Amino acid sequence: MNQSLLVVPIPAPHGGAVERRGVTGFGFYLYLLSDCVLFATLFAAFAVLHRSVAGGPTGPQLFDLRNAFIETACLLTSSVTCGMAMLACDRRDSRAAFAALAVTFLLGLVFLSLEFTEFAHMVSEGAGPSRSAFLSAFFMLVGTHGLHVTAGLAWLVVIVVQLRRKGFSEGVVRRMFCFSLFWHVIDVVWIAVFSFVYLIGSAS
Amino acid sequence: MTQPLLAPIESARVTPGTHDGQGHGSLRGYLVGYFVAVLLTIASFLAAETSALTPSSVTAAITVLAIAQMLVHLIFFLHISTSPHQRTNVLAFAVTALVVAMIVAGSLWIMSHLESNMMPSGQTMQMQP
Repeated sequence: MNQSLLVVPIPAPHGGAVERRGVTGFGFYLYLLSDCVLFATLFAAFAVLHRSVAGGPTGPQLFDLRNAFIETACLLTSSVTCGMAMLACDRRDSRAAFAALAVTFLLGLVFLSLEFTEFAHMVSEGAGPSRSAFLSAFFMLVGTHGLHVTAGLAWLVVIVVQLRRKGFSEGVVRRMFCFSLFWHVIDVVWIAVFSFVYLIGSAS
Repeated sequence: MTQPLLAPIESARVTPGTHDGQGHGSLRGYLVGYFVAVLLTIASFLAAETSALTPSSVTAAITVLAIAQMLVHLIFFLHISTSPHQRTNVLAFAVTALVVAMIVAGSLWIMSHLESNMMPSGQTMQMQP
């Protein structure tokens, strides 16, 4: 694993497209790290409030671990297919790239629909975000993650359209590279969500 | 000393696509990462449902498995490594990890102290004149 995605951005003497990709990648990486800090505040709020159920439903009563497991499997597999798309991009193999991006999109969509169904079910049972501090923190944290997945899917559509129109141009490759970073980080955040919200929440 | 000391710093100036072997890793790397991540995921779901452990050891086991799986993702999917090319990346990541730890652990610490120092709500009612 000595192939590095991210390298130290030292301004190049001639600002060519290749150098720009390195700088953009590093800048996007810093944005993703700041996004992790945003999620840390939401995790901290959830950790503090997870027992403040105000007499309402608790985590073990609400969480369906089977659903969380399927969601985890979808997102983890989509992270790998996103990696496959980047490998296809390295080879400039557009057919493999389209196939891998399509699978990534479908798995992301399945994840989102499962999450949306879960939220709708909870709200219909009177366990909406206004029920207790625990549920406010839950919807805020998991909803913010879901918003990131939604934004990622919209971005993925744009990338597929651009890839179809322009092929592997410098800009498209750079956007694919940033998207793959984004998608992997969303998956890392989901590890924390399923571990600390669903698993520990339903065990304790 | 056949290799000059400055070599790693010079190579740190290399941007992607200009260096031999630069790219997004190998298929094998992704599959190994996927396999390990699946094992860790299954292990943590099993840990959550087992009755053989006490609740606090379940929490500890899931925390350790989650951190292990995050590291697997960082190494195999995000290709973060300790190579000199990535010194700035690793440094930025370490600072973020410190900030995240401070936010989460600090909030829990402060709020648990605040809660244990709070008067139970029944007592405040009795103290009303």
